[in-house]
Amino acid sequence: MKMKARWASYPYIVWMIAFTVIPLCMIVYFAFTDGSGSFTLEYIKKSAYHIPTLVKSIYLAAISTAICLVAAYPFAYYVSRKSYSKQKMMIMLVMLPMWMNFLLRTHALSALIEDNGVINTLLMKLGLEPLQMINTEGAVIFGMVYNYLPYMILPLYSIMTKIDSRVIEAAADLGANTLQTHKSVILPLSVPGIVSGITMVFVPSVSTFVISGLLGGSDNYLIGDLISVQFNSAYNLNYGSATSLLLMVVVIITMVIFNRLETEDSEATLV
Amino acid sequence: MKKNKFSGVYAALMLLFLYAPIIILIVFSFNSEKGYSWQGFSLKWYKELFSNELIMKSFANTLIVALVASVVATVLGALAAIGVHSMNNKVAKGLIKNVTNFPLINPEIVTGISLMLLFAATRMNGNGWGTLIIAHITFCVPSVFLSILPKLRQINVSLYEAAMDLGCSPAKAFQKVVIPEIMPGIITGFLMAFTYSIDDFVISFFTAGNLQTLPITIYSMVRKRVSPEINALSTLIFVVVLAVLLFTNIRDIRKEKEREKKSAARR
Repeated sequence: MKMKARWASYPYIVWMIAFTVIPLCMIVYFAFTDGSGSFTLEYIKKSAYHIPTLVKSIYLAAISTAICLVAAYPFAYYVSRKSYSKQKMMIMLVMLPMWMNFLLRTHALSALIEDNGVINTLLMKLGLEPLQMINTEGAVIFGMVYNYLPYMILPLYSIMTKIDSRVIEAAADLGANTLQTHKSVILPLSVPGIVSGITMVFVPSVSTFVISGLLGGSDNYLIGDLISVQFNSAYNLNYGSATSLLLMVVVIITMVIFNRLETEDSEATLV
Repeated sequence: MKKNKFSGVYAALMLLFLYAPIIILIVFSFNSEKGYSWQGFSLKWYKELFSNELIMKSFANTLIVALVASVVATVLGALAAIGVHSMNNKVAKGLIKNVTNFPLINPEIVTGISLMLLFAATRMNGNGWGTLIIAHITFCVPSVFLSILPKLRQINVSLYEAAMDLGCSPAKAFQKVVIPEIMPGIITGFLMAFTYSIDDFVISFFTAGNLQTLPITIYSMVRKRVSPEINALSTLIFVVVLAVLLFTNIRDIRKEKEREKKSAARR
């Protein structure tokens, strides 16, 4: 279409440069300078002390992502084989909790598992010992899985619902059992959904400070908590920027790896 | 058929997992005492919620910020989509798309602190309104842009040209042909921006200064872990969201049924 309207995009370009590109460059600038603005590697070195915290964040986020994938896959497949109106209904049910603010969802979990929460109150009424559930690693994983499970279900479902039933029937006609059908037909066709599901769960999990702060207690300090403290209470912008740079590098590496996996796989299915 | 029953049970369990915590919150929002042992029905926490000035004020702030940010983001994003669509330079198009993806793939905390750094360096802290609205426009505008761009690609070029052949000026042709075609994208983009803005906590947390939005207030109350009003608030939000979703979905399903009826009648 020949519209001479290029100018219309200029405000957007200016906006994105001013409020996305420049701020990201500022993280790099602050990470490599000290309070007076001269170049230093001090904060980068300091943030390297936090590598154990970073590893722990990656570890918890990876476990949560794996649980989400394993739990969501059969569910998404089940929904994708239902009739149109049933699919719509069930996807609406999955999306409904997503529309509630994640702080409220996390609060709902802590109401369940805190020391005087629903589960412990019930246990004590039954004359049993209360359990220590909140402020554990398990609680953080539980929080991540509960909050981000819909982000795994939705992309999986939307790719699976496009798989033609005749392909699955053909596999069965050719003698494949359920497991074989999944392994050589449905799973390979779902890879793009799996990849976007993994990134949609992993990125917010690895960088969270709310879930770890509300459910993890002081023993489960993650990289997000660290950054948040440096920017809010300690107000050390340089140190905080160096730590954020570390987190950004991890996220970018994960994205690159997973996107490569996806392209390799889609090439494989084309051949 | 045994297998089918099993997967049905599994699906039900999944939904139970998603809903159990919310249902429990709803039940205990009517508890007459603090804590999670049932003491009797009461609307006490709802009364306290509505007399809590901080919550009401931050709710109003949230709505104002969301409205301003989503209107500006919609205008900016719609213009951008039109502009980028009429660009021929592939390199520039690619660059713009990459920059658009930045805020979508970056962890929210990184977007938040990067804006905080900018505001600190330019001494733009002020009272929080300006910085918060700028931050919200920034994370909303890419979704608006991306929801309008595909609609532009679907437009039949001949329609636009036909309008001009029939005597429309380019501006008139644009108004009569292009705008109606991309309207669904504009509306979707606006609604997405509005809901993102209302829901945002992480980026607001770093850019709001002293301004309180509802999620920020919720965070400070939830952190103390003794706030039954929050249960009442969750219940209200849940009911509103449920009503909106039911309304839009029932309308959709009804339309679908009418379409089916029509096509059946034609046969």
